[in-house]
Amino acid sequence: MRLRLLLLPALLATVTLSAATLPEDRVEAMYHRYDGGGVTVDGPALFARRHITNTVSAAAEYYVDSISSASIDVVTSASPYSEQRTETNLGLDWLYGDTLMAASFTHSDESDYQSDTYGLSVAQDVFGGMTTISMGYAHGDDTVERVDTDFEDTVDRDNFVLGLTQIMTPTLLATADYEAVLEDGYLANPYRSARILGAQVPERYPRTRTSHALAFSGIKSWSKDTALRGRYRYFTDTWDIKAHTFELGISRYLGERWTADLSYRFYTQDGASFYSDDFDGEYNYMSRDKELSDFDSHALGGRLTWSMNNGLPLGLDRANLTLSYDYLRFDYDNFTDIRNGDLYEFSSQVFQLYFTSWY
Amino acid sequence: MKRLCLSFIAVLCFAGCTRVEPWVMPYEREALADPIMSTSRDPMLDRHRAHVFDVREGARGATVSQGGGCGCN
Repeated sequence: MRLRLLLLPALLATVTLSAATLPEDRVEAMYHRYDGGGVTVDGPALFARRHITNTVSAAAEYYVDSISSASIDVVTSASPYSEQRTETNLGLDWLYGDTLMAASFTHSDESDYQSDTYGLSVAQDVFGGMTTISMGYAHGDDTVERVDTDFEDTVDRDNFVLGLTQIMTPTLLATADYEAVLEDGYLANPYRSARILGAQVPERYPRTRTSHALAFSGIKSWSKDTALRGRYRYFTDTWDIKAHTFELGISRYLGERWTADLSYRFYTQDGASFYSDDFDGEYNYMSRDKELSDFDSHALGGRLTWSMNNGLPLGLDRANLTLSYDYLRFDYDNFTDIRNGDLYEFSSQVFQLYFTSWY
Repeated sequence: MKRLCLSFIAVLCFAGCTRVEPWVMPYEREALADPIMSTSRDPMLDRHRAHVFDVREGARGATVSQGGGCGCN
């Protein structure tokens, strides 16, 4: 909770569907590490998928975040801490004709935040397989606590997802994605403080939030061994946050066994209407969460994958080993480091070591 | 939101009743079926990367393609 850990990526995974075929039987294992801004998060993740019948496939995932935090929020208003979050995800996929349906359950647990999420989704190929249309819904029940008091509150979440993938030409694929998130409950952080004329006071947030995200992307086969990709996302919500995300990437085979990926991501955000670095008086809603401020971020990433296609043990068909690295840079326009009075900025790094195999 | 969902369902039903001739035939989709054309070749890596941004930014949602495949299987 103190790091505002969210379930959205896992939730979205429940609706990452490709119609007309079941996902392949596959295992995945990853070690991940984030380091920057006084925060270190690392841990393992495991995933397995297996056909039960010709039309039904089951999947399970286990994910761990071990967090050690002395972030700017923590060092200016609390004490450094360590905690662990575990997440378990179970899913079933059912293929019926050209329609793929999926159901999932996700449980996330940490010392001061528990969450259960139930998801349903459906994807359908239409127009001779030229188009895949998908839609999904998920409901979440969260419990928010504070470890040093008996504070407890709840959050209800509803996610609605629509997706469209379209074959444009023999070498160009386009997608459009929309997601609405409706939240109702305690949406603040029970540990964080706002400031009024320099004095720290508890944050006060609205108890509802509705957001809309619309994304468009394209993937172009540039040559037999090279693909280019681009993506844009627009985001807006009832807290008056507006954000734009731009992503560019290139993937290229380097011989028979190696694949390289390079990517760049730019994100810019106008902050929430009730955010202030230092309020001039008391207001109904007050936040000093830097994630709700005005800021830009840049991310430069690279991946190198080694493919193994034969001689694998345990009946494994083929496997990939991937090393991934991202460099992230955040520059805040109206969030001050109160230790020195300068606008806050930080950089961080993300490492991922990943193994996947099909069987 | 309800209106948007109903419109989407109507489009889905309409699509099921309509005969549209594919302008890219299945035998022309070899390049699209290549793994490097996948919207998410390494799903776990991409979900974790999206999670890293989600917890540090105000925006959320539509982070990975919901559409998925290219209809080339």
